[in-house]
Amino acid sequence: MKLAIKHPSGATAAPAPRSNAQKKAARKEYWKKKFLGSADKRGLIMSFVIYTLLITIAFIYLYPVLYMVSRSLMGKNDLLDSAAKWIPSQIDTKNYTDSILIMDYWNSLYKNLVLALVPTICQVLVCSFVGYGFARYKFPGKMLWMGILVLSFLLPTQTTSLPNYLLFRSLKLADGSVKPFLITAILGQGFKSSLCILIFYNFHNQVPKSLIEAAEIDGAGHIKAYFRIAIPLSTAAIVVVALFSFVWYWNETYLVREYLGREAISNRDIGLTTLMIELNKFQTSYDAVANVRGTSAGSTSVNRMNEALKMAATVLAILPMMVLYFLLQKQFVESVDRAGITGE
Amino acid sequence: MAKREKNPHDKHHLTKRTVMEWLYGYVFLAPWIVGVSVFFIYAMVRSLMFSFHTVKFDQGIVMTPLAHLFDNYAQVFTLEINLPVVLSEFAISLVLQLPIIISFALIIALLLNSKIRCRSAFRMIFFLPVIIATGPVMDMLTAQGVASIPMVSEGALASILSGLPEFLSEPITDLFSSLILILWNAGIQILIFLAGLQKVPTAMYEAAKIDGASGWETFWKITLPNVKSLILLNSIYTVVTLATGGNNAIIQMIYDATNNAQKGYSYGAAFSWIYTLIICVILVIVFLLFREKSDKNVKYEETRGAVLERRKQAK
Repeated sequence: MKLAIKHPSGATAAPAPRSNAQKKAARKEYWKKKFLGSADKRGLIMSFVIYTLLITIAFIYLYPVLYMVSRSLMGKNDLLDSAAKWIPSQIDTKNYTDSILIMDYWNSLYKNLVLALVPTICQVLVCSFVGYGFARYKFPGKMLWMGILVLSFLLPTQTTSLPNYLLFRSLKLADGSVKPFLITAILGQGFKSSLCILIFYNFHNQVPKSLIEAAEIDGAGHIKAYFRIAIPLSTAAIVVVALFSFVWYWNETYLVREYLGREAISNRDIGLTTLMIELNKFQTSYDAVANVRGTSAGSTSVNRMNEALKMAATVLAILPMMVLYFLLQKQFVESVDRAGITGE
Repeated sequence: MAKREKNPHDKHHLTKRTVMEWLYGYVFLAPWIVGVSVFFIYAMVRSLMFSFHTVKFDQGIVMTPLAHLFDNYAQVFTLEINLPVVLSEFAISLVLQLPIIISFALIIALLLNSKIRCRSAFRMIFFLPVIIATGPVMDMLTAQGVASIPMVSEGALASILSGLPEFLSEPITDLFSSLILILWNAGIQILIFLAGLQKVPTAMYEAAKIDGASGWETFWKITLPNVKSLILLNSIYTVVTLATGGNNAIIQMIYDATNNAQKGYSYGAAFSWIYTLIICVILVIVFLLFREKSDKNVKYEETRGAVLERRKQAK
């Protein structure tokens, strides 16, 4: 090998004098390699196929978002004009100001933040604790509890949500406060808590047990070992669970309706609310606002209900999550790798 | 896992350490055990009780037993005239959507796992729906007709489909008209596949390349077997999300029935139990379809062993 490197002008180098036919063949070979690719490198055709596929699928994924944003900026005239399908002739922000008014946006946003953030923190702490317990210790009845954990993940929440709602109501908890969310999260029964526990279980199972045992032999108690060693080791899993829990709490509507109670859902002044619920009852809120505005003559009336208004409301409802996603996209996207959800 | 089996403590000798280990196991599980007992087990039992009684609310919950135990269940089948139709529609859409979601997720994961430029940008786009695709947002989008890709809904496809019988063409047109929503449901599955693909040791691919395997062969012989367990995981995840999502027609029916003053809670409870059983059946079917068929090898080994035995005896 060394010899060959020392004498590159030897047999390996292309001989200078060549016939035309040889040159042609070499050129043909070169282009063939370039298009079809070789064992180590992808050809141009394959690259073209891959990028076309990727860009097409990316467009399919982005299409609804682009549509939403472009529609929400359109005025009345643009909506009727079929020529202005994508780009509004004039940027109309009235849809946004109206939507902010109809949804009571800033107030709802604050309430939504409280409702999502507080239970998320509890959920992360408790699920980490329980998941560690499942992974670290061996005790009688473990398989039974594990089975119940998986079952509570698989079965639809609809069977349990009704008795739970009745329970909250009889305890006078379903009054639009954050209490039912807090209690369920602290007891490991928040939204998708079982999945969070499974993620932590999986993660702590991969951590060498000898690390923890060494600390315990050194005199650290069980609880201390958890706080001093297990928690610092599991930051990746904590980030994943925290981010996903926040998204789940933010986006859930079915259980939120049960936990907040019927009164609080229909009237946002009674208690907490979420932007998703506001979006869900957008039409009724609109009617209420439009009636008030209609009777007091002279005041600036809101736009007629149209799709641009609805799209503006939708954009506003997903905006906080979008901002969070763009800020923390790396954590979101790489989270599944790092938390080892796929196991083994 | 293997390490955990080698617990040095013998079951019959209760040392102080084992007892402490049991104790701390339960200390760590305590909050969850309380929660699961109240909000899952007790709720399940209550819901089951409701479904076998008539429930009334005057100063607390009054349950009166039914004439026949399964009256509520029978009533669901007689009152919900649409149920068989909705159920079969759901089953058909599941059968059509599941392979699409799984194969699309796998293809996208494979694409993202290959050497490409702007990988993080593409990843970001494909993961976006996980964050924003929720019930109310989806409702708004479907109402605007954004769920379908404009190029697909008209033109060549429609003419091809008109040749098919109606019970087949209808779900397929539905499928295409909501293709975006279906793809939007594949975010988590893509991530799970991607994580799995990145765990396949590169040495395996290198060895295959040296042996002269083509890309096609490498996919079938190395990539697919390595992500096979993830196909099961993803299928179960997909079924659970599709069956229990807020957009599901049956979930909507259950919610409406529960809030209906005439039908009442007991009726809703019976309805949700019927649906739970259906989901369990679907999950079992999915599990049986996609599980790793290791017992095939065992059978092969067994028969081989038997043949060898017989040969020995013959000698």
